Amino acid sequence: MSTSSLFVRDTPSAPAPLVRRVLAQGVYEASTMLRNGEQLVLMIILPVLGLVALAVTPVLDGFGTSRVNVAVPGILALCALSTAFTGQGIATGFDRRYGVLRYLATTPLGRAGLIAGKVIAVLAALVIQVAIIAVVALFMGWRPNPAGLLIGVPLLVLGAVTFTALGLLIAGTVRPEATLAITNLGWILLAAVGGIILPTAKYSATMGTIAQWLPSGALGEAMRAALVHGRVDVFAVFILLGWGILCSAAAIKWFKWN
Amino acid sequence: MKRVISNISLTARFGEVTALLGANGAGKTTTIECAQGLQRRTGGTVSLLGRDPETADATLRARAGVMLQDGGLPPAAKPVALLRHVARMFANPLDVDTLVDRLGIGDFAPTTIRRLSGGQKQRVSLAASLLGNPDVLFLDEPSAGLDPQSRNMVFELIRELRDTGKAIILTTHLLDDAQRLADHVYIVNRGETVADGTVPELLSAATSAQTGRTLTFEADPGLDTSPLARPGVTVEQTRPGSYRLSGALEPGDVRRLGTLLADRGIMPTSLHLASQSLEDVFLAISAETSPEPVPVPSVRAGVTETELP
Repeated sequence: MSTSSLFVRDTPSAPAPLVRRVLAQGVYEASTMLRNGEQLVLMIILPVLGLVALAVTPVLDGFGTSRVNVAVPGILALCALSTAFTGQGIATGFDRRYGVLRYLATTPLGRAGLIAGKVIAVLAALVIQVAIIAVVALFMGWRPNPAGLLIGVPLLVLGAVTFTALGLLIAGTVRPEATLAITNLGWILLAAVGGIILPTAKYSATMGTIAQWLPSGALGEAMRAALVHGRVDVFAVFILLGWGILCSAAAIKWFKWN
Repeated sequence: MKRVISNISLTARFGEVTALLGANGAGKTTTIECAQGLQRRTGGTVSLLGRDPETADATLRARAGVMLQDGGLPPAAKPVALLRHVARMFANPLDVDTLVDRLGIGDFAPTTIRRLSGGQKQRVSLAASLLGNPDVLFLDEPSAGLDPQSRNMVFELIRELRDTGKAIILTTHLLDDAQRLADHVYIVNRGETVADGTVPELLSAATSAQTGRTLTFEADPGLDTSPLARPGVTVEQTRPGSYRLSGALEPGDVRRLGTLLADRGIMPTSLHLASQSLEDVFLAISAETSPEPVPVPSVRAGVTETELP
């Protein structure tokens, strides 16, 4: 009887290689994100609308060679905020409530693999966002500093990792409804006054200084320095790095799996 | 931190279904979560396939399948797509289509998990725990929410898994589950294993303890049943019109009840004499339990006969 069983096999139970597990999780989460309508609005529609708004209004006049050139670095930083902080934060918060994190932690993927998969999912989604924004911007006359592009890519990755850590910190410590509220409100506040799409010089002296010390302001300023002027904003990079290390350490320490 | 488990000792052998039986809140889930490495324990020892699950690597996780009580399934996913995804975590996963057929999951494949019934979700969770063809299987309340047909299907599958030599550890608060499935039952109460053995062993132990039988009957409410009480036998009205005599009943108790009813011209609407059920064993043993002086929790899952002391 048992010899014909589905469960009698020559091959022993064994995990898939680490890289395959993490990539599989990353692809699965990215495709889940991209199939979610609300997420698409947050990830693609709002950044494109923001880009158009900044290009047709005189808000950014005087900060660079053209409105689009100044707008694009901030909009790319906004994409990282949308996907990594708000999108991944909300998704993780609800996965935590439904026990999905606990279940996946019992599979060969494990906890570390799950987090790595989430970072990959964020980066994969970010590639798509950057591609769309870049195409739209090029049609609108975007001419980035060529050297700046090389600096911009690692900056955006650093920003995405920092915002993922911040999103996971919130998702892993409060209820999912609170995560939903905090990450959405955080997105609006950081986008409006966090120095992400508007240069910190646009704000009053006090607000500008505060924004420079925020991860949003740091990423926005560093991206603008790179893509508009082709230089590395060392201060902003250090601020961003500091937030990244702080948020990762806090998430590792306080993240609750259930 | 609240101490959930104080004195649990159990061993789960290959080729056996080991059941943790107890009321809600007894510590069953905590016990198997410690055995899986999902919860950190503050003391005691846990050995899963000879290793400590708290430092489990992917190889150990591949050999231990887990079905959580709350399922752990993402509500927005579709069952078969989710199973295909989880299968990618294993080097030699079971064929997803065969497993889906076997558990009747194909009938609701296009439905998102959010819209599935409790029993359908249970079957998807069970399938997910089996994908890697694990050697040890942890099933937390596997029969919860199942209709009788699904329950038979799941029980048959669990027996097949046992017959192929896997170690299966399941929790249940249903005595019927334990009686139908388990080779070895541990009765868990307030964080302690208060008794263990095969179902017949547990039943005969309780019968020899002379806690005996129950006699239930229904008649008019408010009947004076005090003449039926005697040392060792309790009488109670469990709800208006329902009465229960329990304890070491003797033939004289049956005669006294008959006389009482006949004298008052009462014809009971039901009359039922039952011998000890596992539930009574459980209740009797739980009531007798006194705190052990030296609690040393120990769980061993996936043990072959030859390894036993």
